[in-house]
Amino acid sequence: MNDVVPTTTVHAAGVDISDLRKSYGSNEVLKGISLNVKPGEVVCLIGPSGSGKSTLLRCVNLLEQPNQGSIHVGGFEATDPDVDIDKMRRKVGMVFQQFNLFPHLNALRNCSIAQTKVLKRSQAEADKVSLHNLERVGLGHLADRFPDQLSGGQQQRVAIARALSMNPELMLFDEPTSALDPETVGDVLSVMRNLAKEGMTMLVVTHEMAFAREVADRVVFMDGGVVVEEGVAEQVIGSPAQPRTKEFLRRVLDPTHINIED
Amino acid sequence: MAMTARQRARVSLYVQAGIFVVAIAALILATDWKTMATNVFNFGKIGPMFPDIFLVGLKNTLIYTFLGFVVGLSGGLLLALMKLSSFPLYRWIATGYIEFFRGIPALLVFIAFGYGVPLAFGVQWNVTIIVMISLGIVASAYIAETLRAGLQAVPKGQLEAARSLGMPQWRAMVTIVIPQAFKIVLPPLTNEVILLTKDSSLIYVLGLTASQYELTKFGRDGISSLGAGLTPLLVAGAFYLVVTIPLSLLARKFESRSARTKR
Repeated sequence: MNDVVPTTTVHAAGVDISDLRKSYGSNEVLKGISLNVKPGEVVCLIGPSGSGKSTLLRCVNLLEQPNQGSIHVGGFEATDPDVDIDKMRRKVGMVFQQFNLFPHLNALRNCSIAQTKVLKRSQAEADKVSLHNLERVGLGHLADRFPDQLSGGQQQRVAIARALSMNPELMLFDEPTSALDPETVGDVLSVMRNLAKEGMTMLVVTHEMAFAREVADRVVFMDGGVVVEEGVAEQVIGSPAQPRTKEFLRRVLDPTHINIED
Repeated sequence: MAMTARQRARVSLYVQAGIFVVAIAALILATDWKTMATNVFNFGKIGPMFPDIFLVGLKNTLIYTFLGFVVGLSGGLLLALMKLSSFPLYRWIATGYIEFFRGIPALLVFIAFGYGVPLAFGVQWNVTIIVMISLGIVASAYIAETLRAGLQAVPKGQLEAARSLGMPQWRAMVTIVIPQAFKIVLPPLTNEVILLTKDSSLIYVLGLTASQYELTKFGRDGISSLGAGLTPLLVAGAFYLVVTIPLSLLARKFESRSARTKR
């Protein structure tokens, strides 16, 4: 059924990050990160807050400007000073922790606005694509709702539909479920799970270890601005090799564990 | 017998109301009502002001205010964007402009454009142009600060989300940020219009022909020609209220609407 609707066909792009460095003043938050994501691969970035994982994600679509190193996304070299940032960003969907839906537009318009203004699609075509993607995230029936009429989980699913409506080749998720009520987390994760199955390349910053373990092809553990450990999900989360990874997982996986030093 | 807190509050309220009533009564007793009747409330003699104060005066006040607001809004938006620019020169120019024109009386600006420009360049502008520019220049300084605050009140994530969808900076501003900022600044912007309505009276410093008179000028003229004392000013004042009170109600409506929903 998906084959008849061209917007569902995923042309996945890969990401190649090499020796990436980023500082805020004298504070170096990324200390030489190298990471490769193959087309169609799902990679989860995990680690304590302040480890640089969100900064790394935001560097990929240049919401943060790296100081050193290179990033290749699809056919673009993001770190080339002459890169057409806007053209590159069309290929890279971004989902934020705080959703960042446009509050003055309804769900359908949220999805169609960039299609008409950036991709120059006609309103009719853009609406069709938008509605298709809203149905894809299970919200076709709420297309005319405004963001303040939707729950957090619904807003985040609209945000995913909005990103998908640009036909991205790579999706970046920056802690997509961290701002959600616990009961709506599942809906968002299941949308992401389906997206992974369809073959989308996904780079996901998350604290949902169960999701990472189930969906991710690879998991990357970051701490203090470096990649401490990476590998297949089952191995990194199930039997980590590095002491820092073990310590982190022990804290996040054991709800009864209370660390006095925190 | 000791009073309860509620009883004390009630007594206090009565005392306050009592003081108010006494003050009003004193004012009424001290007033020379005979003189007031001929010089302030002499409505029998103001007939000749009509219908021109309405057809010409009110019309011109509205036209001058509107023109000043259009210039002020465009200039203010430009200045607000300059003030938020990453290019320091733009920020300095905008800051200098805003501080200068907010810091001097609007009257000086009217005099500068009404009398200074003809002296400097030997050209005599049409009164409408002078009002439009003078009011617009002053208004843009105030509106710029209002709009800057509005633009900054739009969460940073809105711009990031728009840019992430491939919108260039200008497109993201025009389509996403500015429409939201305008909703935020609608109440303060309406208040700017009220201030402008009143400031349009400063045109009196210029030489005007009868067809260019606005409300205040009609009031001042009436003082010298009608022999009703200050009564014509009272009439002019009433016409200002006819414009400003609905605007004030409108601002309040915008405020409660934006408090109810973010849309």
